[in-house]
This record gives sequence, C-alpha cells and structure tokens, in this order.
Amino acid sequence: MGAEKLIKDFEAIVGSGGVLSSESDRHAYSYDSAVLDPALPAFVVKPNNTEQLGPITKLCNQHGLPLTVRGAGTNLSGGTIPHPGGIVVLTNGLNKIIEINEEDLYAVVEPGVVTAQFAAEVAKRGLFYPPDPGSQAVSTLGGNVAENAGGLRGLKYGVTKDYVMGMDFFDVNGDLIKSGSRTVKCVTGYNLAGLMVASEGTLGVFSNIIFKLVPPPKAQKAMMAVFDNIDKASETVAAIIANHIVPCTLELLDHVTIKYVEAFTKAGLPTEAQAILLIEVDGHPAEVADDAQKIVDICNKIGATSVKAAETAEEREALWFARRNALPALARARPTTVLEDATVPRSQIPAMIRGLNKIADKYKLSIGTFGHAGDGNLHPTILCDNRDKQEFHRVEEAVNEIFDVALSLKGTLSGEHGIGMAKSKWMIKETNQATLDYSLRMKKAIDPKGILNPGKIIEAS
Amino acid sequence: MSDVKKLAEKLMALDDQMVACMKCGMCQAVCPVFAETMQEADVTRGKIALLEKLAHEMIKDADQVNEKLNRCLLCGSCEANCPSGVKIMDIFIKARVIVTEYKGLSATKKLIFKGLLTRPKLFNLLTDVSAKFQGPFASVADKSAGTASCAMLNPLLGERHFMPLTKKPFRKDYPSLDSPRGISGLKVAFFPGCVVDKMFPHVGHAAIKVLEHHGVGIFLPKGQACCGIPTLASGDQDSFIVLMKQNIKAFEDGNFDYLVTPCATCTATIKETWIKMIEDEDPIFIEKVSDLADKTMDITQFLIDVVGISVPAKSKEGGKVVTYHDPCHLAKSLGVTAQPRALLKKNDKYEFKEMNEANRCCGCGGSFNLYHYDLSKSIGERKADNVRAVGAEVVTTSCPACMMQLGDMLSQSGGGIEVQHVLEIYADSIEK
Repeated sequence: MGAEKLIKDFEAIVGSGGVLSSESDRHAYSYDSAVLDPALPAFVVKPNNTEQLGPITKLCNQHGLPLTVRGAGTNLSGGTIPHPGGIVVLTNGLNKIIEINEEDLYAVVEPGVVTAQFAAEVAKRGLFYPPDPGSQAVSTLGGNVAENAGGLRGLKYGVTKDYVMGMDFFDVNGDLIKSGSRTVKCVTGYNLAGLMVASEGTLGVFSNIIFKLVPPPKAQKAMMAVFDNIDKASETVAAIIANHIVPCTLELLDHVTIKYVEAFTKAGLPTEAQAILLIEVDGHPAEVADDAQKIVDICNKIGATSVKAAETAEEREALWFARRNALPALARARPTTVLEDATVPRSQIPAMIRGLNKIADKYKLSIGTFGHAGDGNLHPTILCDNRDKQEFHRVEEAVNEIFDVALSLKGTLSGEHGIGMAKSKWMIKETNQATLDYSLRMKKAIDPKGILNPGKIIEAS
Repeated sequence: MSDVKKLAEKLMALDDQMVACMKCGMCQAVCPVFAETMQEADVTRGKIALLEKLAHEMIKDADQVNEKLNRCLLCGSCEANCPSGVKIMDIFIKARVIVTEYKGLSATKKLIFKGLLTRPKLFNLLTDVSAKFQGPFASVADKSAGTASCAMLNPLLGERHFMPLTKKPFRKDYPSLDSPRGISGLKVAFFPGCVVDKMFPHVGHAAIKVLEHHGVGIFLPKGQACCGIPTLASGDQDSFIVLMKQNIKAFEDGNFDYLVTPCATCTATIKETWIKMIEDEDPIFIEKVSDLADKTMDITQFLIDVVGISVPAKSKEGGKVVTYHDPCHLAKSLGVTAQPRALLKKNDKYEFKEMNEANRCCGCGGSFNLYHYDLSKSIGERKADNVRAVGAEVVTTSCPACMMQLGDMLSQSGGGIEVQHVLEIYADSIEK
C-alpha cells in the first residue's frame, strides 16, 4: 500500500492536522537523547485523545507497520528512536490529569502528562509524587513508566514502578486491556500493569495510568561531606545504611566531576577532594534532627575532612546547586556526553569507581562519575567528540568494559535509563539464553507481527 | 543541487557549535513556541537537528528547514536554560544569514531593509508622512493601552490593535543634545531606538527628564540609525553592517562614559550582537564597536548600578497596582532583572506586584509577530492573562517592542490596563 493511502487512513482517525509527513518533520522525530544513529520514520501520528490510540495501533498491526510511541523524546537508551520506515505515535498532546484523589491518595493521568507538572499539581493539593528523573521538567509519565525511570529520591522512596497502581493500555488489535485498580491491594489476575513497567513500548500502548501518591515529609535537612579518599566516601554510604538510616537522597560526586563543576560554576567546591557526598534526610522533624546528627557522626568517624549541614533554606539550595550542575558542567567540557547508568550493589561502589578509573586510563578517556550512591546507581559520564572516529571507538570499547565490570560486581546494565537499542546486545550477559527466549516467546504471543517498538530490549540486531 | 551543496558547506561552519547540543530536550520546558505547538521542529533541539542534517546533506529540502528555523522568537529562553551551554542564538542568527544568502532576500524585505532602514532620513520622512495619514482612518481601540485599530489597514496589520505612529517623533523635540556633566559627574550617550522615536516619544522624554534630574550629561548625536536587529533576524547581514557603521559614525565623536538605551533589544544588539557579526573589518573599526559595546547599558541598570539611586526595600502598599514584564533581551541575554523592579518601587503612588511567569516571552519577537501572528498572539494571550491575574492596573516593561505586543494583547482582551515603560513610572516620581 502506498504511503499516501496509509496517511489518509491515519488522518481518518486523528484528523488532517494529526499526521506529519514532510521530510523535515520526519527528521525531527528520528532521534532521542541517546548518542545513537537516528532512524527516519515514514511519518508521525499525533492523536488528540487516548481513545484514538486503539484504532491507530490496530491499523499499524493490520499493515505490519512498526510503531514507536514518543512522549518528550528524552530517552537515553534509544527507546524512542523509531524503526526505519515505521511510524512515531506522539503522545505529548495526551496530557490531561484526569483525577487527583486526595482522600484515597492516587491520581489518574494520560500518558503525555509532563512529570514535573504532575508533581507540582499533586503538591498543590498537599500530596507528594516522589519519582524525580533528571529530565522531569520535560519527560512524560508514560515514558517514565515505560522505562521505569528513577531519580534522586530512589533510595528512600523507590522508583516509578513503586507508584504504578494500575493501567489501561491497548493491545495490537486495538482492544483496551485493563489492569490494577484504585485500591492499595489488588490481585485481580496477572499483574499486567507491572508487566508494562519497563517494557519500553514493546508490549502495549499506554492509555491511562493510576499512580499512588504519598503524604509529603514534614521536614528535611541536607548536608555535604568531603572526603580525601573515595573509599571512605563509599564506606560512609554503606555505614549510613547499616545504621538503619535511609536518607531520601545520597549523592556522590567524584574528583573529575568536582573539578569540572567548580571550573564551570565557581560554586566554591573543594577541588582537592576525591569525593563529595550530598545527603538529605526527611520525615518527622525530630527524626530528621536525630538522623542528621547520626550521619554527621558517621561521616566524621569514617574520616570525612569536613561535614557541613545546611541550617537555612538558602544553604540547602546551595548544596544541591553543585549536584544539579554535575551533568551541565561535564556536558560543557567536550562536544559529546555519553551518560551511562551502570548500577551495582551499594557495597561495590568503591570497586566500581576503581574499575571506572582503570577504564578511563586504559582507553585514554575522561570519565566523570556522579550519581545516586545510596542506591548504587552511578552515572559514569564519558566526555568525548563522536565526530572523532578513533576516540569514539575507544568510547564504545570502554562502555563494553563498564558493563563487564558492573556485571562482575553483581550489578546491572541499567539502573534507570532502560535497555532500548543501546544495551540490547548485552542483555544475554546479565541474564541467559532461556530468559531471552522466554521474553521473546511472550513478545511473539502478544505482538505476533512485531509492530510494537521493534529492535528494543530483546531484539538485538 | 550544487547550490544546496554550497549551503551545506557553509552550514558546516556551525558544526562545532551545533555538536555541543546533546539533544537532552530540556529546551522543551521553556520554549514559548513549543508550548503552543508541541512539535519537535518548533523547539531548539529539533531546529539544531534539522540544521545539522542540512549541513551533512541528509535533508534535501532547504526551504522546509528555513521555514522551521524562522518559527522562533529568538527570545533566548532555551539558551538561558541549556545544560550544555550551547550558543543557540549565535547558531540561529548565523544560520539565518547563511540560508538568506543562499535563498536571497524577499523583495519586500529588500525594499524595507536596503531601500528604507539603511536610509534613516528617508525612513523618518516616510514614518512622518504615515503618521499624518493614519490619523483620520485609525480609531482608538483601547485608551489605557494607547492602541488603535484600523479596518483599512487590515490587509497589512490583520486585526491587530497597534500603537499608532506619533505625530511628533522624539527627534523633533530633541534633534541633538550635548549637555555637560552635572552633579553626578557622569555623561551618557543616549540611543532612543526606532520605536521610542516613532511611537513612544514620551519614553524618550522620561529618559531625558530622569538623566537631567540626576545631573547626568547627555550626548545625543544626529544621524542615529536602527540598531539593525530586524535586518539580522531576517538574515540580511549586509544591511546590519551598514546600520552598525552609521551608528558607530554617529557616536564616535562623543565624550561619554556609557551609552544607554530604553530598549532592551537595542541594548542587547549593541552590547552583544554587533561585535559577533563583524567579519574582515579593519581593526580600528572592530575596536570602536568593542569599546561601544563595553559602554552600553540598559538605562534602568545605569540608574541603579552606576548613578546609585537608593531604593526602598518594599514598595508602598495600597497604591495603583503596577507589575513588570521582563523583556527577553534584558532578562535572558543580559541578566538585568532587579534594577527595573527597584525603580518601580521608588514611585509611592504605585504598589508593585510580581506577576506569574514575569520572565516568560510576550511573543512579539520582532518580525515573528508579522509572519506568525497566530502563534505570537497565543503566546501573548498567556502574558495578558498573567497581567490580569495579578490585578495590575499598569503593566510596565523595559522594551518598546514588548510594549507594542502587551498593548495589542491587553487591548484585544478587553483593555483597561495601561502599558508603560519603567522609566515613565520613575520619571513621574521626580519633582520637576
């Protein structure tokens, strides 16, 4: 069938303005935030309401047309790069918050709602939606669920999956599938909503999502501990947890990151430090004061060269300024920023950092490492120029080795960015052939023609 | 085809700057155009991707890219918010110049820029004549905002509520000035800018009153031309340089410490853009442009930071409610936000109230308003809503172009709210 007839069929569903097919529009939806080659879609379909997602999916299935759902396109593993010649279904217009229930602490949203806008609406009603991925100012909740996005608060509050109570989604026949409920407890059938989390658009097209909300903490306190040795910083992380204190945020910046952040922001960071921990505790005021004091004691005991607690809101803000500037500072150093998210058990952070430093030396690369030390989710960030073929080849080799090291430490390929196209080929290293076969069988049964975001997660080319 | 190849080669000169964009997409959070259309080609990341692909000859249709490139207000919100520090405005302006060189300037723009704007005497004459003619045909749309509407001009201006051309431009009252330093010991060159001269002469008068009150000597030479930004935004670098040269010539004999303007756009253009656009010029000229850039300052910043006007910590409660709109060229390009607000607090007939999203673009964007009026209007309506929501009786700003847009938007949505320059409110607090 000719593309023009197909476009007409899609226009019959979404209206004539809802299909973008010019050369420039196709190119504008050929990439996401991952450092990967773009792929050109045949055209882009923008539904006006969630009901239109069913007929769109059905039509794709009838024609065996690959379909990639895209919200804000901030994916870091290529999950929203379309299949060449397939279509992009743009959901950023499906952005209604359908319900925020203050009595029963849940919300129902369409998939295109922007994460930070949702969190702000929830906060206005005195409630709290904790997942806060770095891209939250633009990322959409549908994408957060599809990738099981994390964030700075993962340690205490968990990640996106911990807030998904239920979901409606469309299967390839365009039928609406319902799973989960507005109740805290629900065991009605398979946990299909759970299956959709981290499925990266390969198993269904999300319609409405039900999220759990929680009451916000009454108080918080932030502090910064400086170390002349990264092992001491890692030991401190382990000791804090071992003492049964669960900070809401526990972030690490390594020497390379500190140097770049300071060079670009002049925030007054100790450039001679080998590591900084930024720690925040929250909860009941008395508990916060108690935990903060215990943390200061632990830091001092293990040998922090200084520990500073923020006494005012301004001081707290100043502490987080450094963390927020970690990525921007690194990003400004070189043209290309390859941000990885290899994750290890907390106790293995020193070994992981040593491994990263060895890899940087071996491949003559600059790697700045920062990240969510509290949950072992590190962001080794390789600074390079992907136009330099030789250098970028070394980057690819280094990334290979980063995953080898992470897996050897009983870690995982991805803490929060997803597998997408970027890490598909390593899936077998972390799992095994049987796992891949099981997943492929499931995929085949649900999506026999393989139209739902092909090439991602389990379909390494 | 070979032409497209040549275009691609030229765009490759921007590759080093464009490669810094890591496609994180954070520009989506702040782009006013994207907020309206939610289309990737309307946000910075998309535009840079398209330019890169054109430069690498992966896209054939340069016209499409050009059309998308022009759907941008050049407000600089994305650059101010870019984690990677990409020099987005430089890329977009240079790309517009390169594409315009390739496509050629439209006949209308050629006439306006090369035939009119670069000939200030003719430009003045034409606007004077137009001012006389518009009188009988235009009717008052909203007295508070000072706007007019005119059915006869609809083919040209659409349904706009425009600021009429003044019958007596600023330069008629002040053809030139060269007053000595007073008690401040300071002397400034004054650059009123086209819009103040031709639409808001009272803003120019307020500036003179304020400068004289503080004992600041004024150098106002004849022969000033447009700062050039309308030509550059349309990719006409030649006219831009002609205008720059006319201005440098006009100011070169003055003995002054600062050059001040009441126009955010003129300030940013003279201070930041002129020097970036000079190629193959002689070093003496470059030095002149650079010296003038160093001296250039927004007039509210000059009054607070240099003259040192003391400001009360809070504005008086209970006066007429005034709010402030941050012009992009002042807030995002130059980081001037506190000084205009400080001046507003000096007038105790007014109570200053901060509106929501005060630093969000008003949607004017110079010629963007002409070519994409519907988009410009929907962005502006959000601004008008914010002005009304704070209960303002007066909205002020520091950019005459924003004043035009605010006037149109407020007037069309019911009127009743005055649009003034910050200087007018401050001048009003000074006893003659």
